[in-house]
Amino acid sequence: MKIRQLSVFLENLPGSLSGLCRILAEAGVNLSTLMLSEAGEFGLLRIITPDVEKAKQMVEHAGYAATISEVVALQVPDRPGGLASVLAALESQGISVEYMYAFAMRTGGDAIMIFRFADMDRAVVVLQKAGIGVFTAVDLFKT
Amino acid sequence: MIPHLWNDLEGTFFPESALDYMPEDRLREVQLQRLKAVTALAYDRVPLFRERMTAKGAKPADVRRLEDVRRLPFMVKNDLRDTYPYGLFAVPMSEVVRLHASSGTTGKPIVVGYTAQDMDVWKQAIMRSLYSAGFRRADVVQNMYGYGLFTGGLGLHGGLEGIGATVIPISGGNSERQIMVMKDFGVTAVCSTPSYFIHLIEVAQKMGLDFKRDLKVRRGVFGAEPWTDHMRQYIEAASGIKAYDIYGLSEIIGPGVGNECEYQDGPHIFEDHFLVEIVDPATLEPVPDGQEGELVITTLSKQAMPVIRYRTRDITAIDIRPCRCGRTIRRIRRISRRSDDMFIIRGVNVFPTQIETALLKTEASLPHYQIVLTRKSGLDQMEVRVEVTGDMLRDSVGEMEQLQKRFARSIEQITGLHTTVTLVQPGSIPRSAGKAKRLLDTRNEA
Repeated sequence: MKIRQLSVFLENLPGSLSGLCRILAEAGVNLSTLMLSEAGEFGLLRIITPDVEKAKQMVEHAGYAATISEVVALQVPDRPGGLASVLAALESQGISVEYMYAFAMRTGGDAIMIFRFADMDRAVVVLQKAGIGVFTAVDLFKT
Repeated sequence: MIPHLWNDLEGTFFPESALDYMPEDRLREVQLQRLKAVTALAYDRVPLFRERMTAKGAKPADVRRLEDVRRLPFMVKNDLRDTYPYGLFAVPMSEVVRLHASSGTTGKPIVVGYTAQDMDVWKQAIMRSLYSAGFRRADVVQNMYGYGLFTGGLGLHGGLEGIGATVIPISGGNSERQIMVMKDFGVTAVCSTPSYFIHLIEVAQKMGLDFKRDLKVRRGVFGAEPWTDHMRQYIEAASGIKAYDIYGLSEIIGPGVGNECEYQDGPHIFEDHFLVEIVDPATLEPVPDGQEGELVITTLSKQAMPVIRYRTRDITAIDIRPCRCGRTIRRIRRISRRSDDMFIIRGVNVFPTQIETALLKTEASLPHYQIVLTRKSGLDQMEVRVEVTGDMLRDSVGEMEQLQKRFARSIEQITGLHTTVTLVQPGSIPRSAGKAKRLLDTRNEA
């Protein structure tokens, strides 16, 4: 149920993001979604792509530091309080969100969001019990 | 006469190494004889030396005991520059069979010359070096020191052929090809600068190779730049080889002034060819054996360019404890710093190797780093730029900031200085195949 995500270290310099995107484009890596978190002079670029291994190889070959981590992709009802209902299910079990961001595509009328939790394994169990849609990699990239 | 020649894979007798085990009184006798001869040679043939002797009111005949070396004048690197190119040669050019020169990054290069006999002395010193590091004739050796004017490449090359090993004269650079050759040629031993070898370990990892499993390299001699015990531990743990320190400098002869034995506890100096003293760099007075100071070397056997009391700028101490290997030639402590590399910031003396130690304490593997010194409104600032590797990277901005803080704290603990640590992308710090450029001092610019 977990999705593999690529995180790349970027210096906060003009051109470092566009350089990375160019490398991935040239390698034919399709970016499903991405998010940049920054902390002063550096940032972490998080990428969801169907071909995470290839993407990692390409960016490392180009000289970037990269690591693969796990996240989950959740179906979030597209209505007021939709996200709140998902978070409430986790909160009641004491699972905290480390970060989250929106997936670029949607399924039906709902939004898809990417989540990283402190305890990933327990989060998946709790989410499924609460009846919240958790995407597998196969389903996610079909959308 | 020879207690044992350790780890002798083939049981062959290695006659040159017998000199490493000479009885001590005999060794001092040889040194004294040679010191007298080299002093007389330099006095007769080298004007600069004779002028300085005259200024001190000294004559070669004043050298009666080994301690009398202290009556002789010092030489420094600038003497080689001021007499560029051949001013310190003691033989006509018809006797000189080889020239080497330094890169001359800080001005004119320095030039050194060798007679045929000097070449022999050098070759034998390197053979003894390699032998004490366990190199044998069955080894296939990749020599990654630069070939050409630098003494490293061709110097090691001669010694490697001398012991009958198979030499691959690949020189430095082209890292992926180095790894390919290492693998395909079944290389068992290497010669390299430590920083370049650390770079190669990373390259091998990137190529998907496991140094221990996929390569046959078992030992290496490393030198031409100061390196720390932490770097040795890293090299040995990451590559599974035994790393031995080879000591030398072009002004004296090149690599092969000394080398570590199997106990890896500081290089044994080939004292029959090189007389070592330790002096206080400020007063130039001798310090007692075992105490730290600047290493001063006199060449005892060289003909083309005798060098007397050369101030190496290397900080070390003579280790007077007998070595378990049984060699009677003494050891110096491993050189991890040079008085040249030291920089002073806010009144504190700092050696780049202290920063290295601090980084290694935090991360267990040595990242590429650069120390940048700047001056902001009259105040000196130290920034340490550290390249992030895949191993270091965490998918959490908070954890990366923690890492930054741990680096800074570790540097502060060792140097007492507050520093800014900046994490930078891999490959963004300039490097060269040979010596690493660790310090960027912009304090006196504009």
